Amino acid sequence: MQVWKPDGAPLSGIKSKHFESEELIMKKVFCLLLTLCMVLALAACGGNSDNGSTPADGGSDSQQSDGSDVQQPADGGGELISVGIINNDPNESGYRTANDAAMRAMFTEENGYKATFFNNNDAAQQIATAQQMIQDEVDFLLLSPASTTGWDTVLQDAQTAGTQVILFDRMLEADESMYVAAVVSDMPAEGKTAVDWLAAQGLDEYNIVHIQGLMGTDAQVGRTGALDEKVAAEENWTYVTQQTASWDEETARTITQSVIDGGKPFNVIYAENNGMARGAVAALDANGITHGKDGDVIVMGFDSDTWAMEAVLSGSWNYMGLCNPLQAETVDSIIKDLVAGNAPSQKIIYTPEQGFDAATITQADVDTYGT
Amino acid sequence: MTTPVKDPETQLKRPDEPLLKRLTRQQLFIPIAALILLVLFNLIADPTFFAISIKENSLGNPVLSGNIISVLDNASELVMLAIGMTLVTASSGGQDISVGATMAIAGSVILRMVCGGQITADTMQMPLILAVLIGIVVSIIFGAFNGVLVAYFKIQPMVATLIMFTAGRSIAAWINNNQLPIINDIAFKYAGTFLPGIPVPTPIFITVFVILAFWLVLKFTTLGLYTQSVGINAGSSRLNGLDPKLIKLLTYVILGVCVAIAGFVRVSRSGSINYSRIAENIEMDAILAVALGGNALGGGKFNIYGSILGAYVIQFLTTTLYKYDVPSTALPAYKAVVVILLVVLSAPVVREKLANMKKAPAKSAKEVS
Repeated sequence: MQVWKPDGAPLSGIKSKHFESEELIMKKVFCLLLTLCMVLALAACGGNSDNGSTPADGGSDSQQSDGSDVQQPADGGGELISVGIINNDPNESGYRTANDAAMRAMFTEENGYKATFFNNNDAAQQIATAQQMIQDEVDFLLLSPASTTGWDTVLQDAQTAGTQVILFDRMLEADESMYVAAVVSDMPAEGKTAVDWLAAQGLDEYNIVHIQGLMGTDAQVGRTGALDEKVAAEENWTYVTQQTASWDEETARTITQSVIDGGKPFNVIYAENNGMARGAVAALDANGITHGKDGDVIVMGFDSDTWAMEAVLSGSWNYMGLCNPLQAETVDSIIKDLVAGNAPSQKIIYTPEQGFDAATITQADVDTYGT
Repeated sequence: MTTPVKDPETQLKRPDEPLLKRLTRQQLFIPIAALILLVLFNLIADPTFFAISIKENSLGNPVLSGNIISVLDNASELVMLAIGMTLVTASSGGQDISVGATMAIAGSVILRMVCGGQITADTMQMPLILAVLIGIVVSIIFGAFNGVLVAYFKIQPMVATLIMFTAGRSIAAWINNNQLPIINDIAFKYAGTFLPGIPVPTPIFITVFVILAFWLVLKFTTLGLYTQSVGINAGSSRLNGLDPKLIKLLTYVILGVCVAIAGFVRVSRSGSINYSRIAENIEMDAILAVALGGNALGGGKFNIYGSILGAYVIQFLTTTLYKYDVPSTALPAYKAVVVILLVVLSAPVVREKLANMKKAPAKSAKEVS
């Protein structure tokens, strides 16, 4: 950057000094503004502050600076159960939006909780915040890990500190004794259901365009695993391409378009979430390739978006593997049980899930399961 | 820029100077060479890469399809960003790293307008042109915010734009109340897909229009000249009656317009938005395009056509890598290799060496004999 230097300029020294001090003041003003901006940004980052959350008191200042927001007890009630909730970025997908909204609606003062939320897709930041929450001695740590590994220290610390860990939505790789309960989507089962459904279609050849989610996430690992196994086992199952679009619709469209441009024939799109399936379908449409119930290409998506279920209902897609985002109620009842001194009957509770087929889906399904 | 400022070296060049040396001095040498290399590679590896066919899309329109069309189509947003980024780089000697996040904001605003606040809308609730104009205005405001920080508060551009880089996607989500809106009106998607009856993807037309607009602006106004002079020496520009602060601010505002159009094209490709993923890391590609175009990232002289070529080279590379089934997680690594090669090649030291290479062997041969 070119800085104006007064030395060479035909201006008096006094004037240049004046300019310098003006600059200094500007810098100071800017520093103030910047600080203000950051404070505001942090306050906004927690999102969903519409349910009356106020800045935290001295005790949980540190959490506030992590971009989380705290719901204060209205009348200092000592009865509230303190929970730290670590989730992924609600903007990641329609699934996550529904999941995060359900958690925020459940863990409120009215329901007897003092909840701290943290949303991030970066496992490292999740881990750091989890450790902070454990130090702040939350009663329960609710965790939807961004990655399946790397959580050993956190779980160890939680056990030492007496914080009870409940996993929701996503699993992680750890011994069962390290957490009290898990209310999760059974991703490998979801993948298996989908692959079994695909196998039941009885195609002569399966030429699959496989669009993967963000690598290393529980959903990606489970949904990929089942398909990988099948493709390895069967002669007539082949990957035309296997690429990750990291849950991004536009990348999925580009990948599918490049397969079409390459002229490689395919008859199955196996996208690991609905957004990516939608992107792939956009590429099919642009090239006049028919898809869905009466089309040439089978389209498969996952999660629970209403629009995707409507696409299956209209026959534009063939299959959507339901991944139920609403675990909040189950988690709530487990916590209430634990507080009352009852251990959960099962350690791992799988949310009820199923696959929807264009041939059998009904409007009632869309109304019941769509989010 | 009305007449390109001649490099003194080029003016002094002797007629017997080797062709290679003269070529490597050209600013556009790197992007053109990279493009030729990519084309040659694809020609040798698989000539069908260049096949273009006419298909009929699901709406019954005839459409062109092929890798080359995909490259031109998919590079659209990047080209627009690269143009704006070139001006910002030239005037302020730094880059705006918030363009991806601001694209999310512009896209979010446009979707909110056409959906009328609903989560799914089957018809547009507002004339498209009005929604896009609002998107552009919002984007200009954010561009001006960055510009004020850089020009008036003299903050390093990368630091100043870091604010929007961090906060932009949250703001985009907030605009739509953390919902992911979807518009199913086919007319909304014309800009991102095809106009009825026209076989060329609309983003290509929009890009051509933007490039033409900038060509006209640079030809018939003093914007290019002023931007360069501010970038080369803000102090002397000021003494010559220019207002460096205003010009820097102006370039950020212009980038804001580019970002809004790019964001519009991006959301109209699908009629939906995913705040945390839309145009992720596009700022890095945009900066790379500027660098590939032979523009100094420290500001000063610039050539927007170099940046445009650079953007197409990047998309060409991406498409080529997709074609050869390189996993998309590995794409950044391949891009990095290419970047390292290009950056090293364009370094003055290496260029000098390259230019002298032809002479050197001849000399040593003489000495030996």
